[in-house]
Amino acid sequence: MSRHRIRPARAAALAAALLAAAPAHAATVYVSNEKGNSVSVIDVDTLKVTATWPVGRRPRGIAVGKDGSLLYVCASDDDRIDVVDTKTGKIVRSLRSGPDPEQFIAHPSGNPLYVANEDDSQVTVLDIEKNKVLAEVPVGVEPEGMGLSPDGSILVNTSETTNMAHFIDTKTFQVIDNVLVDARPRFAEFSRDGKWLWVSAEVGGTVSVIDVETRKVVKKITFKIPGVTDEQIQPVGVRLTMDGTKAFVALGPANRVAVVDARSYEVQKYLPVGQRVWQLAFTPDQKLLFTTNGTSNDVSVIDVEALKVTKSIPVGLLPWGVAISPQ
Amino acid sequence: MVDPRTPTLAALGLLAALAAAPGARAQQAPTPPAAAAQAAEIRLGLIYRPAPAPSSYDAQAAPEDEGLAGARLAIQDNATTGRFVRQSYALDAMALRPAAPGEPPPQSATDAARDLAARGLRFLVLALPADEVLAVADALKGSGVMLFNASAPDDRLRGAECRADLFHVAPSRAMQTDALAQFLAFMRWRKLFLITGPQEGDKLWAEAMKRSAKKFGLQLAAERPWTFGPLARARGDTPTRAEALVFTRGLDYDVAVVADEAGDFGDYVPFHTVDPRPVVGTQGLIPTTWHPTLEVWGAAQAQNRFRRLAGRLMRPLDYQVWAAMRAVGEAAFQKKTTDPAALAAAIADPAFTLPGYKGVALSFRPWDHQLRQPLLLVQPQALVAVAPEQGYLHQRTPLDTLGIDLPETQCRLTKS
Repeated sequence: MSRHRIRPARAAALAAALLAAAPAHAATVYVSNEKGNSVSVIDVDTLKVTATWPVGRRPRGIAVGKDGSLLYVCASDDDRIDVVDTKTGKIVRSLRSGPDPEQFIAHPSGNPLYVANEDDSQVTVLDIEKNKVLAEVPVGVEPEGMGLSPDGSILVNTSETTNMAHFIDTKTFQVIDNVLVDARPRFAEFSRDGKWLWVSAEVGGTVSVIDVETRKVVKKITFKIPGVTDEQIQPVGVRLTMDGTKAFVALGPANRVAVVDARSYEVQKYLPVGQRVWQLAFTPDQKLLFTTNGTSNDVSVIDVEALKVTKSIPVGLLPWGVAISPQ
Repeated sequence: MVDPRTPTLAALGLLAALAAAPGARAQQAPTPPAAAAQAAEIRLGLIYRPAPAPSSYDAQAAPEDEGLAGARLAIQDNATTGRFVRQSYALDAMALRPAAPGEPPPQSATDAARDLAARGLRFLVLALPADEVLAVADALKGSGVMLFNASAPDDRLRGAECRADLFHVAPSRAMQTDALAQFLAFMRWRKLFLITGPQEGDKLWAEAMKRSAKKFGLQLAAERPWTFGPLARARGDTPTRAEALVFTRGLDYDVAVVADEAGDFGDYVPFHTVDPRPVVGTQGLIPTTWHPTLEVWGAAQAQNRFRRLAGRLMRPLDYQVWAAMRAVGEAAFQKKTTDPAALAAAIADPAFTLPGYKGVALSFRPWDHQLRQPLLLVQPQALVAVAPEQGYLHQRTPLDTLGIDLPETQCRLTKS
């Protein structure tokens, strides 16, 4: 899933791949369709859906494994994570995710997986290879967003009803700090240098930027769009560019993606996308950004340099998450 | 003023499961993290009247723990968050029950409230009728106790008889009928046939509906009182059926609106009108705060948590009690304090917001302490719409298109 979920290792692998004269895109986009119980596969070169794979019920969080050969999909209503072979589209096994898995993130080494169990107020630490639960960390009510510091030492989980970002030590599995943010935090994204954590608040309508060292909120970014009520502005997915200059924030039923200067925190532009935009993912070369638009059942493609929406691609019912493989 | 029913009702006092054992009163959060040394405790009170035991078979009887189960969920949710900020939460619930023969005289709502206040509680949630809510508010005036009205819809409590320490989580009748009227205007079903029941609440609901009709450009095409008795409860044929069937004859209307808060006849009207017309109001398509079919905005998680806790589906009163107790918890987390005066000030602050699974933040209106909230329009098995409807705009927030707005309020809040 581009550089986000399985970050530094993937980024390194990716850089290597790029240096090895890979074609400009040659990547594959995977979209989880929450009500379609399927994954839509999109070829980045043609921007066409090439396959739709059935998976477990209510697929939400989605990520590509280290080498791109395996895809991990939360089947929330089946209380498991499906592992899909990206060559065949078949589920090869299912992992013990704990109840109602929603989002997850992998350690830079590819293992373990840290899973937010939305219905159960805990984060499950799961050894993928042994399919064994290493720890269950109690967190706030309705855990959702999962961010991992680039060195893999600090895991952050956001709990939607507790309204906190919980900082978890990945060695001891202890909660080391809790930072209160605005209502219904949905997503946590570390900057590439590990110094800043961006947390969106869906009902609060803000994005909090947290200094990772002091664990203080240094900035709350707000959004204003002419003709859109404040209530409709509901930030969910957040992605930072690798060079640390820009942030993209999905604004839910405002049907826009905000482009934020990641240094001055000024909103530069609002890009119109499909309806109820939630999750975002860059292609490995960061030239394109894909958005999942839940109520219009499509994916918007954003040209990152031109800051323009170039295409919308119909996918399955209620697209939720998106992950991109360099393969 | 005391509710005329009060003297016939007795209190059972401290209730059932919650007070049974000291450790059982709140759901203890699982293994607190290292930091939770000594937590400061917030005790929340609930005074409610459990539904009387149903007849031997009643498919739709209200559960005995209606409201109480919502309080338990709120305590559990508050406690889960509280352990990260060294706060613990406990519930003191007082069930007011009718006197049984040979039992001591009934405890009134005001006695129960004074009792809880004397035990040091500073936040009480009331699931009581309007007169009892007012009696409690007046009895505790100036005592520093903050009250939440979780069930009485009466507009007078938010109007001429508002009280400085009384906050309303239950939507007023005006909010309910505005939500319905917006939907009808949106659908262009403009000609209403209003059928009003015999009870006081029915008349107040009908008055609110008429006000909403005017506000949203609907027309009252016809109006009739319901005089055929509780046919919905009779659940079958009765001698009055023929009469009840024809009383809708010869009218020109788009939609029948029933005002029947007790649920005596409203469910009889659908499919019994002479002309094929939809039925809305207190039955049929209804405005409400919560429904089993609500699953968006994270509501599915709350529905599941509730069902695991209570073994049944969450009802509107459960949600309203939950929201009141979550408001206290939310203020305590935001302000990082358990000091009652600071929390009361925080909740009353116009900037205070409460997430409540409605897609937008909820807040209290400064002019009458009514909780601003979207309302669901539901039929028995489906969510039909959510008010405010798209396109109803307001200079502050679209939520203020529901209910009594600042320029029209009769409430004059004076600090006690």
